Amino acid sequence: MFVFRLDTHSGVPPYLQLVQQVRQAVLLGFLQPGDRLPLIREVVEDLAINPNTVAKAYRQMEQENLVTGRPGQGTFVDEQQSPALSASTYTSLGRGLAVWLRRAYAAGLDEQAVAALFASVHQQTRKEDVA
Amino acid sequence: MTATEFALRTDGVGKRYRKGWALRDCTLDLPAGGVIALVGPNGAGKTTLLRLVVGLLAPSAGSVEVLGHDVTAGTPHTLSRVGFLAQEHPLYKRFTVAEMLRFGRACNLRFDQGLAERRLATLGIPLDRRAGTLSGGQQAQVALALALAKRPDLLVLDEPVASLDPLARHEFLQVLMGAVAEGGVTVLFSSHVVHELERVCDHLVVLDHGRVTLTGDIDTLLAEHRLLVGPRTATDLDRAGAVVQAVHSDRHTTLLVRDGAIPTAPGWQARPVALEELVLAYLRRPSASGVAAWRG
Repeated sequence: MFVFRLDTHSGVPPYLQLVQQVRQAVLLGFLQPGDRLPLIREVVEDLAINPNTVAKAYRQMEQENLVTGRPGQGTFVDEQQSPALSASTYTSLGRGLAVWLRRAYAAGLDEQAVAALFASVHQQTRKEDVA
Repeated sequence: MTATEFALRTDGVGKRYRKGWALRDCTLDLPAGGVIALVGPNGAGKTTLLRLVVGLLAPSAGSVEVLGHDVTAGTPHTLSRVGFLAQEHPLYKRFTVAEMLRFGRACNLRFDQGLAERRLATLGIPLDRRAGTLSGGQQAQVALALALAKRPDLLVLDEPVASLDPLARHEFLQVLMGAVAEGGVTVLFSSHVVHELERVCDHLVVLDHGRVTLTGDIDTLLAEHRLLVGPRTATDLDRAGAVVQAVHSDRHTTLLVRDGAIPTAPGWQARPVALEELVLAYLRRPSASGVAAWRG
């Protein structure tokens, strides 16, 4: 059964964290079409989290067609859900990033500097794409 | 809007003690079905507000409406739908847990003793123990089970987890959130511990020096605010929206803004704000509304 985590210091709203974890798990193949997600009640009692938050996350995932709710049975990863990326695209992007990371570390950047640089460039790129 | 959409509405509520105003101009619309956190430093007026809500205090000004009814009138029917758990989870220490349950049944119009017994059995709390011999966490659980046995539509808790160790706190919140998941109860609780509020609450009220300084749906509040970090500047911040807090270091300026656009000037970055940062920023804000501390 899929287990949710909660990072209370990330600044990401808890409901979004839950959505992102499922999205990521589907992308990476940890969750597959037809897999059942825990019941809202189970997530609530496991994480000591507000049920409205879990319900909101599940609603959002349904809207994104990430999961399907079947009354009386639970919530399941959508059968139509194919990873947004094909395995080969995923692998090749990962390789490209690994090459870049090695260059960054070789140039003397540490983990934090890499994260800061990534955040900055990521934001700049998004801003340019919007403009 | 109909009354049932709101668990609690206050209109210009104030409470004056001999020393001065503990609470002033408090106007709130709190939705039913949610978990509402009332946050503020000690002496901010949290307990006063909660006591007004459950009818233990009468307001000096304004009105309090709970579940669609004016509590100033103090009708037993409305109060029977409200549960209250005071600070330190008071129990009769020499009563056994079973005797506490009997007491609860005798004193309430609605009391689901079976529900309380099942909850306590799940937690492994024996009914024949005297309340005073239980651990702090168990006493809190007994008090919570009693409050929930009333099947309240509104459950008010004053600093429910402040005195508990981290494990007991987690277990307490598990039971409380489980009760919310069963449906039908709105929870209003006060806390001066901001940490970890985000996981349990969907609505926030920040109280400082007897005034409400921030209130709203937490996801909305977090979406409206952001932290802007950029080169040090003291001017040209107009487009940044309403600046809640500005912190300047030698070369950097960090702004917490509400409804602001990201400055187009080079070097500026925006990032989301965590709930704890947001609350602290509002609490650190100089009292711009000209509020005097009632404790003087």
